[in-house]
Amino acid sequence: MTPHAWLLLGLYLLVLLVLVKPLGIYIANVMEGRSWALRLGSPIEAVIYRLGGVRKESKMGWLQYALALLLFNALGVFAVYALQRLQLWLPLNPQQMANVSPDSAFNTAVSFVTNTNWQGYAGESTMSYLTQMLALTVQNFLSAATGIVVVIALIRGFARHTAQDVGNAWVDLTRVTLYVLLPLALVFAVFLIGQGVIQNFAPYRDVTTLEVTHYDSPKLDAAGQPLKDDQGNPVTEPATTQTQTLAMGPVASQEAIKMIGTNGGGFFNANSAHPYENPTPLSNFFQMLSIFLIPGALCYTFGRMVGDTRQGWAVLAAMTIIFAVAAVATISFEQQGNPLFAAAGVDQTASAIQAGGNMEGKETRFGIADSGLFATITTAASCGAVIAMHDSFTPLGGMIPLVMMQLGEVVFGGVGSGLYGMLVFAILAVFIAGLMIGRTPEYLGKKIEAYEMKMTAIAILVTPLLVLGGTAIAVMTAAGQAGIFNPGPHGFSEVLYAFTSAANNNGSAFAGLSANTPFYNVMLVIAMWFGRFAIIVPVLAIAGSLAAKKRIAATAGTLPTHGPLFVTLLIGTVLLIGLLNYVPALALGPVVEHFMLWAGH
Amino acid sequence: MKTLIRPAVTLFILLSLITGLIYPLLVTGIGQALFPKQAAGSLIEHDGKPVGSRLVGQNFTDPKYFWGRLSATAPQPYNAAASGGSNLGPLNPALKAAVESRIKALREADPGNTAPVPVDLVTASASGLDPHISPAAAEYQVARVARARELAPEIVRNLVAQHTEDRQWGIFGESRVNVLELNLALDPLPFERKP
Repeated sequence: MTPHAWLLLGLYLLVLLVLVKPLGIYIANVMEGRSWALRLGSPIEAVIYRLGGVRKESKMGWLQYALALLLFNALGVFAVYALQRLQLWLPLNPQQMANVSPDSAFNTAVSFVTNTNWQGYAGESTMSYLTQMLALTVQNFLSAATGIVVVIALIRGFARHTAQDVGNAWVDLTRVTLYVLLPLALVFAVFLIGQGVIQNFAPYRDVTTLEVTHYDSPKLDAAGQPLKDDQGNPVTEPATTQTQTLAMGPVASQEAIKMIGTNGGGFFNANSAHPYENPTPLSNFFQMLSIFLIPGALCYTFGRMVGDTRQGWAVLAAMTIIFAVAAVATISFEQQGNPLFAAAGVDQTASAIQAGGNMEGKETRFGIADSGLFATITTAASCGAVIAMHDSFTPLGGMIPLVMMQLGEVVFGGVGSGLYGMLVFAILAVFIAGLMIGRTPEYLGKKIEAYEMKMTAIAILVTPLLVLGGTAIAVMTAAGQAGIFNPGPHGFSEVLYAFTSAANNNGSAFAGLSANTPFYNVMLVIAMWFGRFAIIVPVLAIAGSLAAKKRIAATAGTLPTHGPLFVTLLIGTVLLIGLLNYVPALALGPVVEHFMLWAGH
Repeated sequence: MKTLIRPAVTLFILLSLITGLIYPLLVTGIGQALFPKQAAGSLIEHDGKPVGSRLVGQNFTDPKYFWGRLSATAPQPYNAAASGGSNLGPLNPALKAAVESRIKALREADPGNTAPVPVDLVTASASGLDPHISPAAAEYQVARVARARELAPEIVRNLVAQHTEDRQWGIFGESRVNVLELNLALDPLPFERKP
């Protein structure tokens, strides 16, 4: 860690913590229906409810709330799939992008609906502008809204007592979208354009470059398929060009909500590394900030809605501590560089005139500190946007992002999903503490009983099952092995990363893996869908069960859940579960690779 | 279940129209009004013709130009319609080969320069379109460019300094040199015969 990196991390956390409280209060007011903003938007709301036959005052029990969300999200899958399959015949397709194949379209539909935004395709050579807007941008909003309303329902479960309902899903979805996500995205998008992010509907621009580029062009057969020689290597012929084709599109509007909603699906293949998505270090700082903004603020919302803001700060403290340690680790490992480069006569030392370190797959304007920080943020939160290629990180520098996801995306995590995941861990933590002292555990005045613990166990165990099971199947089958790009243990890490990312709804990748195949498209759909909804349903069940309970008064025997003791207990629980599940798999991938890389240096 | 279908369909359609059409069109309108150049891609015009974007790098291999980062885009480097990195792992032999072949090319274009090569000059960027190199990578190339153009190294070095951006606000990102803008500024300089 250079002094500059420490300063950057410190400033980042400072700005974040300053913003958490005002936004947290605002979200709480919106969700409790008493924000000033509601008066501005009430005519729009009224139209939506009238056309939809929604009665604002009607309440839903947890099961109805869950069914409403499932139905709403299933419609999303259908719409995103249909728009991709029909895009050639729809407007706003100046590049004449072909209709997307069924398996890839299905994968992308589930990916964006589940807030994963795993991308098996390359945006600028696959999707029409209409698909990017009306299919993908829409799900950037609605999947984020879904995550937020689930945690609001869970918070209501803690805050209410002897109640039969957890809120109205339609009203909650509408209000989160209109009053929280839209205004933030609008302001952020305009800021991004000012920094240089493009926003237009023009066809791709051809420019004449300064120099003529010589390259090997793959030879195609009559059907347009690449020709291969006897050894199976592609046949190429020398070619030259002096034209550079600049991909265009409505990028800023999608970029803004991609970060604010912890979605992470890039307009372009290179995601936030692309200069048209993230042109300056300043745009990058605000992109990093926007990832943690809502997940952080929701902790304050939680404290406020349960009537004790210290509870929210405690959860936020646990998240921040794990995150800060991880960020320092990632940046340090990347700054160390690659010993093989040093042997080849390459200068990797950090100085005033270069970032040094492992620059493979990183951008000059971001260097090591910003790239390492971003990689930790994007995987701690379930964002999955990238400004550097994680596949080219050093073994341990790439392991930290992997571990951040494997902790269950609860260190800030996705919008809403991070906090409900962390609250599930909090329930587990008080349960473990209760076992140790032989008392019925309670959290925020609610008794934690067998039903809640069953649901907690399902919510915590479903992802490791999907990750480890999926990885095992992939590395044992020819179809799974076929996608591996890098040799040795790194290839195993690519597969482990893919299933970890999908089941935890992150969406980043060790992108060398060729995942746009029927095998991976289908396997990852399973991981993404159940990684999302097999957690949301038990969380809502907990919400319903807690809401119906009586509130019990705290006694001398109650474990206080706002002090350092509880923060430590919570961190311990998260780390213990994460490490126990994944250490053997990590040992086979990044750990082995680390020793191979440094052996003899 | 039946009572859920109508609100689900209606909400989905209306919220899709708001977030998927009205919102992007509104952003486009505001962007065109406030930042038309940026919204269109920060294009650089030369004699009325677009020669590139100041945000998107181009491929350079001629010794008289500064070279940028390696680019792993396919089929040609700096393909701005197919961004992406190499995705080579740290132990992949192909990564070592790419680094070594770049070092060889640099040394062949500049015989006698035995200084260690700045790392960003031998590695591929994440986007494959990185418009920048580090000031160290620029300094490494100053002597070669000056020799190829028969210019005094100081003139070239001054030009590099003019095109060097510091960390934004002193803390964000890294200091960097815009390769395309630097090379565009080099071309009009008269070749200077040394005595």
